[in-house]
Amino acid sequence: MDFQLTPEQVVLRKEFVDFFEAEMKHAPEGWIGGEEEVIATDEGWAFHKEMARKLGERGWIALAWPKEYGGQERPIMDQFMFNEVRGYYRSPGIDVFGVSMLAPTLLAAGTEEQKKEHLPYIARGERAWCQGWSEPDAGSDLANLSTRAIKEGDEYVLNGQKTWTTGAHYADWCFAVVRTDTASKRSRGLSFLLIDMKSPGITIRPLPNMVGEHMFNEVYFDNVRVPVKNRIGPENQGWAVTRAAMNFERSSAEFFAGSKRLVEEVVEFCKETKRDGEPLSKNPVVRHKLAAMVTKATVGLTWARQVAWIQHKGGLAVAEASAAKVFGSESGQQLTYMGCQLLGTHAQLKRGSHWAPLHGSLETEYQRCVGLNFGGGTSEIQRNVIAWEGLKLPRG
Amino acid sequence: MDLDLTEEQEMLKTMARDFLQKECPKSLVRELEESDQGYSEELWHKMAELGWMGLNLPDEYDGLGSTFMDLALLLEEMGRNILPSPFFSTVVLGAFAVMDGGTEEQKTEILPKLANGEIIMALAWLEPDGSYEPKSITTHAVASGDDYVINGTKLFVADASVADYLVAITRTKNSSSPEEGITLFLVDAKSPGVKCAIVPTIGLDKQCEVVFNDVRIPKKNMLGELDKGWSLAKRILMRGMVGKCAEMVGGAQATLDMANDYAKERVQYGKPIGSFQVIQHYLANMWIDVNTSRSITYEAAWRVSENLPCIQDVAIAKGWVNDAYNRVTERGIQVHGAIGTTRDHDMGLYYRRSKAAELAFGDTGFCEELIAQEREF
Repeated sequence: MDFQLTPEQVVLRKEFVDFFEAEMKHAPEGWIGGEEEVIATDEGWAFHKEMARKLGERGWIALAWPKEYGGQERPIMDQFMFNEVRGYYRSPGIDVFGVSMLAPTLLAAGTEEQKKEHLPYIARGERAWCQGWSEPDAGSDLANLSTRAIKEGDEYVLNGQKTWTTGAHYADWCFAVVRTDTASKRSRGLSFLLIDMKSPGITIRPLPNMVGEHMFNEVYFDNVRVPVKNRIGPENQGWAVTRAAMNFERSSAEFFAGSKRLVEEVVEFCKETKRDGEPLSKNPVVRHKLAAMVTKATVGLTWARQVAWIQHKGGLAVAEASAAKVFGSESGQQLTYMGCQLLGTHAQLKRGSHWAPLHGSLETEYQRCVGLNFGGGTSEIQRNVIAWEGLKLPRG
Repeated sequence: MDLDLTEEQEMLKTMARDFLQKECPKSLVRELEESDQGYSEELWHKMAELGWMGLNLPDEYDGLGSTFMDLALLLEEMGRNILPSPFFSTVVLGAFAVMDGGTEEQKTEILPKLANGEIIMALAWLEPDGSYEPKSITTHAVASGDDYVINGTKLFVADASVADYLVAITRTKNSSSPEEGITLFLVDAKSPGVKCAIVPTIGLDKQCEVVFNDVRIPKKNMLGELDKGWSLAKRILMRGMVGKCAEMVGGAQATLDMANDYAKERVQYGKPIGSFQVIQHYLANMWIDVNTSRSITYEAAWRVSENLPCIQDVAIAKGWVNDAYNRVTERGIQVHGAIGTTRDHDMGLYYRRSKAAELAFGDTGFCEELIAQEREF
């Protein structure tokens, strides 16, 4: 057992740190990071695209991919370190849908032509993706989806509605699961399609979150024509394709690293802020709350490294990754809650107020963090996965 | 970087698990809990034959020269099985105190016997106020000719009732800094003036009140430097904290395994209760607690093992595992239903032990304050 980074890892990590330390000085004023920050404003999106280009130039978007598709064939632990450092610096530049979801799917199930057509663009940070999975009646129960794709010659004709489509309003392409055999039920008869978002017949409606940020969308398909060659895997076998993409780094490292940063900022705030004539951090109640926050963030990051390690060694880490996800989102919620308690009355101040501590980041994160319990699989689904895969309990 | 156990470490764990399962059934655990002796001499000698007492001691003292990390893995298995024995007091606390602070003479006298299972040690740290802080050390040792004379009361001294030697943390000088003026002594437990009584505790784990009444100790029994014992004490504390974490991880895993097995066997409404989502989610939460506890403990143990700066890591681990183990045993009972609350059921045994382990070597509040100090809040 050896928890120390190798000399090569130390060098690489420093390269990441130096890069993000320098580049994040150019972030838009008051930048607090997160997907919302990227997708909610044109300024955020422009910064994201700029960072994506720079990361792409360095080959960092596709660290663990095969070289022929723009990757560097680096081990998963390098990918983990990159995600961790990027998360800590709250840098945009990675399109999680393209990089973490579609690319592994293409690598596992795509044709050579499909890989060549998409992977290099993702690796260079040039093509933005959104995920067309959830529907109004198909959330956790994805197999209940009803968007239809009927084959006409060498095209499918799509009709239906997707929802919770993060970033659809900026995306160039969408990967979607749709029903190609309308006579079949549940997970049979589904296909995995790549849809050009410029196709005629697509309507996007914003679904603002409680902060008021435009991140989610409803996406309507009205006779949208998709070439059959844009199908990944065999027709009606889309369910298996959605399950194929497990071999990307799924430790939630960037999230835990972001939590670590948040805790550090709250600690600094409590050291610098006097209340009743004394720094907050000298108050025993505050000290203990801060230490509990440090503990939670540290345990999370340590667990994320464990998950990445299992993957690094070739394991799928199914239950482990689900644990990281649910632990991450719920501890994120607890940390923002505790952070707000420490900020006291000032916790309610929004970004833009010169009275707001930490740029108002906690007021925003307190609202954003609840959404993390749903995206990428609800907390309930993650716990089901732990029960089934980690504990081999019977499915109900 | 290598986050996997070595093959030898895996073997050590498996061997320990099999041995303890066979040699220390729960019936024996319960019998020993009720006895004054608190441990089985027969089992103790078998453990010594396996080399466990000298696991970390160098070859020259009849030890096996393994790492503290290996010891932590052994402790995990002891915690999994709940082994009633003075092993923790003797090996994790006593042997290391002598290794760290002892003169060559002290080492030669004590360690080979300890490695062979002939000596039991106990650590006399806490006093009636129950705090690990240096200012709470008030038991006095005063020089008198070739001796020191010790007076004071120690509490929560695990295994003192069966110990040959006590490591007593005493105050030898009053100073404005409470860390200054602390000295450790090796006290022969049979010295005149040492009075020892077992106090009844939730873990029935033979913690004692030890009263020193004009106990004369030869000066050569000083462990480490005069007045500068606090740094030695802190190193003992770090090992105690992370050692307890390892035991707790084992106990938490055993609890989860029992609850998981029961959920698959117990049928209600025509189905195993483990197919109900509520039960699955309890168990999933327990799984998260057990596994995060293990990963945070292993890293802290490794840091101790490698002599790296470790205070913050150890405090984070102990604080986390304290609460996680308590949550796991509480839910373990919930999965079992009312039967889990009975005296005869093993769930209660783990539930009681999780509380005892939480309070040993730093409850969560203590750990949090340690983190606060390390991070300069």
